[in-house]
Amino acid sequence: MAAGRTSENVSSTHNLRRKASGPGVADRAMLSVTFVSAALSIITTIAIVVILFSQSAPFFQQVPVTDFFFGMEWNPASKKYGVVPLAVATLIITIGSACVSVPLGTLVGIYLAEYASPRIRGILKPALELLAGVPTVVYGYFALTTVTPLIKMIFPEAQTFNMLSGAIVVGIMTLPLVSSLCEDAISAVPRSMREGAFAMGSTKFETIRLVVIPSALSGIVASFILAISRAVGEVMAVAMAAGLNPKFTLNPLEGSMTMTAMIVNTSKGDVARGTITYQSIFAVALALFLITLTLNMIANFLVRKYRRGYS
Amino acid sequence: MSQFSTPQALAHIRRRKRKDSFFMVLMGGASLLAILILCTLLFKIGAEGMEFLKPNLFQNFPGSRPSTSGIKHAIFGTIYLMILTLLLTVPLGVFAALYLEEFQTRKNWFTNLINLNLANLSGVPSIVYGMLGLAIFVPFVAQLAGDPMKGKTLLAGSMTMAILVLPVVILVSQEALKAVPKAYRDGSLAMGATRWQTIRRVVLPSAMPGILTGVILSASRAIGETAPLIVVGAATLVNFVPQGVFDSYGVIPLQIFDWSQRPQEDFKSLAASTIIVLMTLLILLNSAALILRARNAKRV
Repeated sequence: MAAGRTSENVSSTHNLRRKASGPGVADRAMLSVTFVSAALSIITTIAIVVILFSQSAPFFQQVPVTDFFFGMEWNPASKKYGVVPLAVATLIITIGSACVSVPLGTLVGIYLAEYASPRIRGILKPALELLAGVPTVVYGYFALTTVTPLIKMIFPEAQTFNMLSGAIVVGIMTLPLVSSLCEDAISAVPRSMREGAFAMGSTKFETIRLVVIPSALSGIVASFILAISRAVGEVMAVAMAAGLNPKFTLNPLEGSMTMTAMIVNTSKGDVARGTITYQSIFAVALALFLITLTLNMIANFLVRKYRRGYS
Repeated sequence: MSQFSTPQALAHIRRRKRKDSFFMVLMGGASLLAILILCTLLFKIGAEGMEFLKPNLFQNFPGSRPSTSGIKHAIFGTIYLMILTLLLTVPLGVFAALYLEEFQTRKNWFTNLINLNLANLSGVPSIVYGMLGLAIFVPFVAQLAGDPMKGKTLLAGSMTMAILVLPVVILVSQEALKAVPKAYRDGSLAMGATRWQTIRRVVLPSAMPGILTGVILSASRAIGETAPLIVVGAATLVNFVPQGVFDSYGVIPLQIFDWSQRPQEDFKSLAASTIIVLMTLLILLNSAALILRARNAKRV
């Protein structure tokens, strides 16, 4: 069409465009404005990466990278910056929370997708939404006033601040995430596959175990990974339940300090810019960011895989 | 006697059926447990929190005695913080969604990058946004105020929260825009309206209830956030209501954090009362969103 334009045609479209310049200007202006807004989300990501690397770079000039990643002691007062105790506390709480959220969440998710009657759904769904919407400080309060006393009743040797209590509340907190994503994944499995299994004489449990779960597996696993990623990044509940004592221990009945708790505890006081303490929180945040980013990317990949499978 | 009714086969079927009902009990038990935990949580808060749920709580500032301590500063702090956050984030979020859904309708590498990026950003731990605020917004606000001590103020907190909820606001706005029928746009464009006129007079008005619902829901998530605000300097020892954007501020969840950690039992009860206030606020916001959604569904 462009090739066939005569000079007359070009001038007439030119005139048209001139006439339409009033609203056309608004169109072009809004295109730029909205483009900048959309680009801002990418700038945010770049800013996070740049800030975390640039602010922690001076830290790694003073503390060798190997000392940071393999050091067994975190004690800023005596210049010991080993991240292992913090990472181990994060790991124990994360694994512990997964022990709660993964089995319970999966069971609830299957129940919602396959069994629940509309009436039970009407109770269970809002309850889970409420559990998901409870702020994390409230879970911290719950850990301190309810879960910890309960643990102490069963294990009298447990400390007032202990990782088990943190793990349990983080597990409760991430349960709705697991259950709702599992429900989505299971509901996406075509009906015909279930009917095939029933026609072969399978019981409902056998159908779920041998047909439905294998088909929905990538979505189910994605929900586990997202729950773990949430647990790694969780701050308030673990800081309140597990305490702020950076001690290397594998015993969940003792207290310790997670990576997130360290960041929030250190930045609570007024930390001057440029000091090694200020830089150390960025170093820990960098480690935290890389862990959660990796987990989220795996989960997103899995979610997309199962969506592609059945659409 | 067919081979299906031999005693072994019947026993096998019974075993399979028993497994089936056992699994059912397991799932029902897990669901019941989730509801039970929620009830315990709510009951505990209700039972502990009633004691200090008095006018004092709303009229006073935090003090050394639980009976006269209040959260007046935190209620105003939370409300101001939310208003400022929404003022910053809603235009940006809606514009970004408009770009992705209305202007750049054909998918290209840039829109794919943004969508992938949004999925990753919404998974970044909230405390990392706090670090971003600490490194960028706190010094920026200090410069703006012309006073190095005024960096950790309401404005820096709002900017941090705005960046934190932005991915969610973009996602919910995208969903609301997607729900507007294509025929609306075609009709408007066929009448000679430009793209922006179509968006402003046709698309946005019909997407507005959906956007509003999403914004309210993301605001209610943000109200419960504590960690990033601690990093950018929300304070517990505040005994005034913030008067401007360069004032110190406290928020309700931070007060809960502070009081739950005190050794005295009375402060823990005070924390429970504060939790009741916070949860009431959240439930009010969520019901508003639900009502809005229901009314919108009826209209369409």
